[in-house]
Amino acid sequence: MAHGHKSDEKIVYVGDSRIRKRTNKNSVPPDYTAFPGKSEVFIPNFLLKEWLVGCVVLVGFLVLTISEAPPLGYPADPTNTAFIPMPDWYFLFLYQYLKYPYASGDYVVLGSVFVPGIAFGALLLAPFLDTGKERRFYRRPVTSALMILSLISLVYLTKVSWDHYQHELEITNTVPEHIEREEKAREAAEKGESFSAVKKEEPVALVDANDPAMDIAKAAKCITCHSPDLNGNPKAKVPSLHGIGDVYSKEELVNIVTNGNGGMPSFKDTLSAAEIDQLTTWLAKQKKAQ
Amino acid sequence: MFKAVYNWIDERLDVAPLWRDVADHEVPEHVNPAHHFSAFVYCFGGLTFFITVIQILSGMFLTMYFVPDINNAYASVDYLQHKVAFGGIVRGMHHWGASLVIVMMFLHTLRVFFTGSYKAPREMNWVVGMLIFFVMLGLGFTGYLLPWDNKAYYATKVGMQIAESVPYIGVYLKELMQGGTIVGAQTLTRFFAIHVFFLPGALLALLAGHFFMIRKQGISGPL
Repeated sequence: MAHGHKSDEKIVYVGDSRIRKRTNKNSVPPDYTAFPGKSEVFIPNFLLKEWLVGCVVLVGFLVLTISEAPPLGYPADPTNTAFIPMPDWYFLFLYQYLKYPYASGDYVVLGSVFVPGIAFGALLLAPFLDTGKERRFYRRPVTSALMILSLISLVYLTKVSWDHYQHELEITNTVPEHIEREEKAREAAEKGESFSAVKKEEPVALVDANDPAMDIAKAAKCITCHSPDLNGNPKAKVPSLHGIGDVYSKEELVNIVTNGNGGMPSFKDTLSAAEIDQLTTWLAKQKKAQ
Repeated sequence: MFKAVYNWIDERLDVAPLWRDVADHEVPEHVNPAHHFSAFVYCFGGLTFFITVIQILSGMFLTMYFVPDINNAYASVDYLQHKVAFGGIVRGMHHWGASLVIVMMFLHTLRVFFTGSYKAPREMNWVVGMLIFFVMLGLGFTGYLLPWDNKAYYATKVGMQIAESVPYIGVYLKELMQGGTIVGAQTLTRFFAIHVFFLPGALLALLAGHFFMIRKQGISGPL
């Protein structure tokens, strides 16, 4: 035999090379007799006890779920510049760490790649770095000290980050959106109104749609550009006249109709001063219903 | 009745050895809280799995209502939470469970670390466990965006800036994750797919490996 009878050989062939001699080293769980004391079977004895622990955890979990509604703020708005970004709590340590001078700016690679890379890499490869046989943590001071140091910095960074966030909320006088939203929903519910954080553009109705001024609008060909229902033409950037009274005062409307505005022609020659007055009085009344 | 059904299946498929491999093993005294209260630290792994199962189940129910689209994502979460019967509870379970699973996994990791259970011959199981940890953090990061409120949007933007700061590949990494140059419609669908298909798939495979190894090697002995 080429390899002789070395005992650490993984596969030892006995006679027929297709039959492996099983050494069972490390490959089979040790029998319970290998451990001192009272072992018990996993199913059903131990599993039932474990389910009891599971039930206690589940009850606690459901109490938390029922007492604390999951937060929901307002719909994402990319134009919102005042929003204070906040990652979930278990990323806060990294978020805070990246704010320090030697982990940001010119040194951002140090902060975003090297330090977390080394920390998480070391954690991933811990069994290959700490190769001693000793298992008790107080007998492996270096490994344990590094871990305890990391834990302290995790807790510290998370705390600083959270305090900073609270401080920022205070100086900007901001209420977190999910709290504000919940508060508003509660107030609305107390008044018996429905509440929705999703903003919908409600169409503004024409005020006094049967006013004789409408005939002037038709006669003066306002409706060719502003469309027969006066809703404008958004594609051609012709504004809607619904709710125009919220945008312009009567004097401004008189000026626009008389002299034109942007793409709109002057109606000095088409309409008499009295007609313009009548028309703009009506247009100035076009306000959103309160 | 149950016995008869079992025998009928066993006759055809010989499942008894399989069943023995999965379930028929002893639990030593030093990990049994019934004998030593301090052994409760050995429960954290099982509890992590328990919460993970809750996450999978509640997540499955959430996808019945959630719409991964920037116009409707927020509205669908809003509807789910405030209009659907027990929707608030299901979303609550998924939201708080996400934090709880991190806590449990953290405690489990610390137990394994401080009892030196990662040492030979269990090195591979530790590495797989750490990979599970990273997958869970990935699930947390991608899931945070899905409600599409301001908090979700701006947290993801910060995450993308961090990704961008990686030298050389950062810009590509960011665009790959965002599905474009901005956090927008593509990002939401991408994160949804990663959160619902890619990472859970990886998680299940890793969990299978984790459990296979613990059954094969047994629990580490008393200190």
